[in-house]
Order: sequence, then structure tokens, then C-alpha cells
Amino acid sequence: MTRDLSRPILLAVSALLAAMIVLPVGWLLVVSLTDKEGGATLANFVALFTDPTFVDPLVTTLIIACSVSVICCLVAAPLGWLVARTDMPLARTVRTLVMASLVTPPFVGAIAWEMLAAPNSGLLNQLWRLVSGMPADEALFDIYSLTGLIFVISCYTFPYVFILVANALDRMPGELEDASSMLGAKTWQTARRITVPLALPTLLAGALVAFLQALNLFGSPAILAIPAGFHTLTTRIWSLFQFPPKPELAAAASVPLLVLTILLLRAQAMALGRRGYAVLGGKYGAPRPIRLGWLRGPAVALALFILAMPLFLPYAALFNSAFSRVASRIVTPETITLHNVRFTFLELSSTMPALKNTFLLATASATLGALLALLIAYIVARKAVRGHRVLAFLATAPLAIPGIVLGVGLFLAYTRPPLALYGTLWILLIAFVTIELPAAYQQLGSAFHAVHPELEEAGRMLGATQLRTLADITAPLLRSAVIATWCFIFVATIRELSAAVILFTSETKVLSVLIFDLKESGDVGAIAVLSLSMVAITTVVIAAANRLHARPQVRPAT
Amino acid sequence: MTRKLTRRHVLAASVATGAGAFATPVRGAPPEAQKITPALIEAAKKEGKFSWYTSVDLALSEKVANAFEAKYPGVKVKVERSGAERNYQRIGQEYQNKIYNCDVVNSSDAAHLIVWKRASMLAPFVPEEVAQYFPAAHRDPDGMFASWRITLCPVAYNTKLVKVEEAPKSYADLVDPKWMGKIVKAHPGYSGTIMTATQQLSRDLGWAWFEKLAKLKVMQVQSATEPPKKLAQGERAVMADGGEYIVEELKTRGEPVEIVYPTEGTPLITGPSGIMARAPNPNASRLFHAWSMTREAQQLNIDVGALRSAHALAKDRPDMKKFSDIKTLREEPDVVADQADALKAQYLKIFKV
Repeated sequence: MTRDLSRPILLAVSALLAAMIVLPVGWLLVVSLTDKEGGATLANFVALFTDPTFVDPLVTTLIIACSVSVICCLVAAPLGWLVARTDMPLARTVRTLVMASLVTPPFVGAIAWEMLAAPNSGLLNQLWRLVSGMPADEALFDIYSLTGLIFVISCYTFPYVFILVANALDRMPGELEDASSMLGAKTWQTARRITVPLALPTLLAGALVAFLQALNLFGSPAILAIPAGFHTLTTRIWSLFQFPPKPELAAAASVPLLVLTILLLRAQAMALGRRGYAVLGGKYGAPRPIRLGWLRGPAVALALFILAMPLFLPYAALFNSAFSRVASRIVTPETITLHNVRFTFLELSSTMPALKNTFLLATASATLGALLALLIAYIVARKAVRGHRVLAFLATAPLAIPGIVLGVGLFLAYTRPPLALYGTLWILLIAFVTIELPAAYQQLGSAFHAVHPELEEAGRMLGATQLRTLADITAPLLRSAVIATWCFIFVATIRELSAAVILFTSETKVLSVLIFDLKESGDVGAIAVLSLSMVAITTVVIAAANRLHARPQVRPAT
Repeated sequence: MTRKLTRRHVLAASVATGAGAFATPVRGAPPEAQKITPALIEAAKKEGKFSWYTSVDLALSEKVANAFEAKYPGVKVKVERSGAERNYQRIGQEYQNKIYNCDVVNSSDAAHLIVWKRASMLAPFVPEEVAQYFPAAHRDPDGMFASWRITLCPVAYNTKLVKVEEAPKSYADLVDPKWMGKIVKAHPGYSGTIMTATQQLSRDLGWAWFEKLAKLKVMQVQSATEPPKKLAQGERAVMADGGEYIVEELKTRGEPVEIVYPTEGTPLITGPSGIMARAPNPNASRLFHAWSMTREAQQLNIDVGALRSAHALAKDRPDMKKFSDIKTLREEPDVVADQADALKAQYLKIFKV
């Protein structure tokens, strides 16, 4: 009989997780409390909170996060309701397209919106001048402004809220609404008294997700806020890493972000915890779609209009500048050029190494991350070791660490012995796996709940070890969830910028950092080509993975 | 905590300061000038590749790399282009962590080379043509670096948005409220060109001039290569600073941009190159460094890139204003080296980013 290796392996996983999280956060805290000579001090925090170049960004960031959160709810709730609960035409397409808009990295979206709504050269402003005769030095939109930034962040954040809301509405028992209408309530009354209250906790959770996204985003503010002459918290932390680098101040500046995120996550857990009553109970009938009547047309128009913001308009702008000499001019058959494509792939010597690094890292992170998440989800779901709760906590803890903060923490942790990993792809791998672990774990964790333990118990009774059961019984049952998680990490890794921008070296540059570099020198054409390639790769991978798990899905065993 | 290499530390350790562009102590006789020999080419080919950290415009840097690769097949150039200040920070960070990626370095902030030299991070190597054709002001007496490129940091405007007669003629004109919301400018925390220009302008015009400029809702970009591109796009009407060579190149392509050399004088930007002492590919580095200083390569910089050159035999482009006809501001890289942190802090205070 083979020895059961489960326990040592499980313990090793716990140790690994602890190291992954404790090391960077620990160093972050230590360094933030250390002065240049190595003595303990609170001076870094005092310096920060008395310095307007830090306090202003903090206030700005809070304004942005609140506004984004409100806007996302205002957009996502009606859209989610239209898609999930009404007979709006093209509902499935709209749902798919909103999800697809998540493939766009937010910083690429910001660059595309620059092309569209820069006050003078923006295509939309030019168009408006043409139509309305507005004078040349006036602008309809100014993307280089606080409102502009809030708008762009909302464009790429509302899909998260949308998914939450739409899924919750899908699961909402139709009987409650039926009962309401049987008792004589009108459609709108039912919506107001039943649907909205049931969806409210989810919406609150969504608002918090949006708040967190906006709080911790680096790319969009770096692209839009700095030209406008202001910093957000993340860009300020990043600027502390520029010359002369002040890692102790960067570490101290990261702490408020960390604390705020942890508090919000607690709040979110409480909001989501109450969601239980919306889905509790036995089997319900599928909810009845609400008839929109003559509103069907306007509804779908509204949905498509919303989708134009993150999807149609930005991609039109990216395609335009990919094939144009000057991004602010509309390509015509006479002016179309392959110059940018040629330059990006044939002349730009960073393109191929960056593509290679990105692909390698995305594959490795996805594989390692999915594997790790699977193991942890298994341990937690089956209570396989004592203290499994700690493991669950550790696996979700990185959620509380904003990418840029994790970048700073990892930099501090791995630029010293015993693990001087800075300058290798390993440090990026650790960063990406750590960042994506919570989402991966949550996906697989909920998948485990769908597989009844009796199947595994049968395997165990027949003499298989825990690990063997996991490999032979559980994993195949979870196949589609694992593939989905793999894809999720793959995509998320490709678009990750905030940690990578702190951790890269010239030999370990990834696509997102290369795009950011090109942005700083204003090489818009190459950016458009690279961004479109990035999105193309992502789409192909997702499509391939979807084909892979097109086979019959695992149904809940109960 | 590990000790950081900052300009201040390095400068504190060094005793000597003095006047002149490249004021570093002379450590005995300069190394002998080196020819490009078949043996060097062979050795370079054996290494097969090297990294060139530069802050010159991306398109131009890739053209230079292509020209080199065409001349010496078998030696691949990996171009690491970023702002001079970014590269400076990155090299510092990499060296602190014992990562030696950089072979040849070129910076538009001449102060960097001085700091690196004092930290013994550069290797001496004097290409033959540098010894023969470069004036003393453009080569380090110890052979650590020489001016690979020279450019200016002028004002410019979009000719479709601004009439010639309305265009600013001087820095004083530029802070007129009529330019409110119409100016684009690059950042000294990213660009060596802008860092150098900021020191010269704050010295000659005073910070008060920057304060006036900051009130005009200036669009703040990073690289000195970007303001000209924003002009060409029509995003802003006037640029307060940026690389002369980029404006010139856009003009050549028929974009509606025009240069103004302000009456107060135009900041002069010298971009020296050197070889790192810990270059992983020393022979390829020497070959490239030597080639990049040849008349042929310098002429390419001028013809393709609209740069200026220190090479005595390189010929100015007929379509560009003659270098000797332009009033330039005095360059003080040693002062920049000394005051860089203070300059950046002051800039952050005035412009908020």
C-alpha cells in the first residue's frame, strides 16, 4: 500500500500560502515602520499625512471610488434586470458582450478613450465640431479630468456589478414574484416590492466591488490623471518608486490602501452573507420574464448604448489608430497604412520577448494557480486538515492586497536573501498567482459545493488516498470549473499591470508593461497594435477553452 | 536596510567639483583610442547580442539598431527605451540587486554619466573617432563616455491652430494667459531632456516662470518625445518643451508643426553614451559604442533622426536651422547631478504631479 502523502502535501500548501502572503505584507509593514538607518519610527506616516502631495491623492481617490461605485450600480442594476428578467431582444448577446468587455484591460480602455475624447484631438470631439460647428478650442468631452477618469473607470468596472446582479436575478425564485402577481400586484409593484429588495444585498456587494476596483486601479489613473495634473493613491505610490526611490514612504502609503480594502471586504462579506435568503430553499421554477411590450425597442437600444462605452467605441478607436499614421485622424482607404503593424512586429525589439514572457507567465500562473486553488478548495470543502479555516482565510486574503501594494511588498521581500528573486520571472509568477488566487479559490470552492462528498467517500472506502480520490474522482467532476478557472487566471495575468510595473526588469518585461512604456513616449500606433493583439490572444484562449468544456457539464450530484 | 545609491551619496563621496560640462576628476592618462578591429567584431559576434538602454525616441532607436545589425550581422541589439530618468532609476535598482542587464547606456541627462562614473559603474573605452573628431567638451577625459547625441529643447506650435504672427517668440510670451489650456509639456521625473531643461530654465528664468506656466492648465505628459506628437495630433496648440529632433522629424513627414527657438535662449541637451563596467557583453558593447560614434552613424542620427552631432565631420541638415545660429542656454550637468532631487521636489510642488 502506498503511503498517504495527503497530510504532508496539505501542510506544505498551507506553509506556502502563509509565505506567499505573510512575506510581502510583513516586509511592507516592517519597512513602513523603519527609518533610513533601520530604527523603528512612525515618521513615514507622519510625513505622509502632513504632506499635501499625499493627502490630496487620498481625497481624490475616495471621490473617484465613491462616484464609480454609484455610477456602476446605476448602470448595472437596470441592465442586469433587463437581461435577466425581461423579454428584451438580444438579451443573451448583451450578456455575452458585457462579459466580453471584461477582456479589455482597463489601461487599454483608458488609452482608447484618450483617442476618443481628448479635448482637442479626440475623435468624438472632432465629430461634434463637424456636426454642431462648435469652435476649435472648445470641447464636448475632456477625458483628462476627474470626471473623465471616473467615466473610464466605470466603463470597465460596471461589468463586475452587472455579473453579480444578473446572476442573483437569475437565481431569484420566480414563485415569489408569481405569488405577488397572483395577489393582484401589478408588474411594477412586484418589481418594487419583491425583486428590488431581494436584489438589494447583491447590489450593495456590487457597489463595494466597484469601490474596491476603483480604489486599487493603477493603469487608468496613470494614463488620464497625470496629464490632467493630479495623482491618485496608486499613481502616487508608484511615483514614490521613481527616482529617487523611497520604498519606506511607498510602503507607508500602501498601508491606508490595505486597511481600507480589508474593511471594505468585511463590509462586503456582511452584505453578501445576507444574500442567503434570496436563494435559500428547494427547487424553484425558472423566473418568469417580464413583458416589456413597446419598451422592448428602447430597452435594447439602451443596452447597446451602454455597451458602446466599454466596447464598440474604444475598439473602433483602437482599430483606427492601429492603421493610421496619426491617431487623431480617421483612416480612409487612401491613408490606411500597415506602418504600425510592421513597426510593432518587425522593428520593435521588445515585442517578441514581451510576448514570450507574457505567454509563459500566463500559462504558468494559470496552471499553478488553478492547481493550488483546487487543492485549497478541496481541503476546505472536505475539512481535510485541522485548521482548514485558516487556509480559506489565507487563500482569500490577497483580495485585500491591492496589486500595487503587493508589488511593493514583493519587491521588498524578494530583493534580499534568501530569495533574491527580483529580476527573474519567478517574482512575477508569485505576484500573479497571489493576486489571482482568491478569485480562483472562490470559483472552485463553490464548484466543490456542487459535488456531494459521498462520491469521494466511496473512493476512500475502496482504499484510495485522499489525493488519489481528488485526482480520479473529484477533479474530473470539476473539469469545467477547473478549465474556467484556468482561463480566468490566464486572462487576468495577461492584463495585470499594477504589480508588474513595480516588479519588472528589462529582461522580464511583459506585454502590459510594454504598452505602458509606449504610452509614456506617446507611441500610440504601436500601442493600438499591441492592445489588439493582446485582446485577440485572450479571446482565442477563451474560445479554445470553451470548446474544451463544451462537453456535458457536471450537474449537482444531489 | 541596504544602502541606496543616490546621487547625493555618490556626490558626498566625491571631492572634486569644478566648472565645465564634464567636470570629473582626471585619473591619469586617458585610455588609448581603439579601432574597430576584425578581432573585436569576431568577439562581438561570439557574444551575439547586447542591451542598449537609451532614452532616444523609440522609432529612431530601432532604426539605429537596425543599421548596426545590418552592418554587423550576427550581433543583435536589444533596445531598452524609456525616459532617461526611468532608465537611471532602473539601472540603480537593478545594480542594487546585482542584476547586470545593461551593456551600453545612453542618457539625455548628462548628469547620469557623471554619477555612474563616480560610482565606478562605467568602463573606459575611447573609440578612435571620438579621440580624433570630438571636441574636448564632448568626451570624458578618462574615456568613460562621449556625447552620442546633441539636441535642443525648444518651444513649438501647431501651424493649423496657431498663426505664425501669433506664435510665442519667447518664454515670456509662453506664460501669457491666452495659452490657457493649450500647452503641453513633458516631465522631468521621466525625461532627461526635460530634467536638463528644467535646471537651465529655473536658473535663468527663475521658478516664478514655472509657477506662471502651471496656472495655465498645462497638459502634463511624460516623455520629451510626446509633446511634439500631441502637437501633430492637434491635441494641444503649443508645446513648452520637448525634443527638437522629434518636431523636426514630424515636420519632415509633413505634419503641421513649427519650432520656436525662444529669444531667451534654448536649453541645450547633450546625451552621452558609455559602456557599463559590468556589461555582460563587453565586446558587443565596444563594437556598438565605437560604431555609434563613427561619422557614418552620427550622420545617420542627423539624416534620419534630426539630431545634432559633436562629430567634426558630420554635416548639418540643410532644412534645419544651423546649430551655430541658435542661442543656447548653458548646460551644467554637474549642477543637475547635485540638485536633481530638489529640482523634482520643486516641480512636484508647482505642477502637482
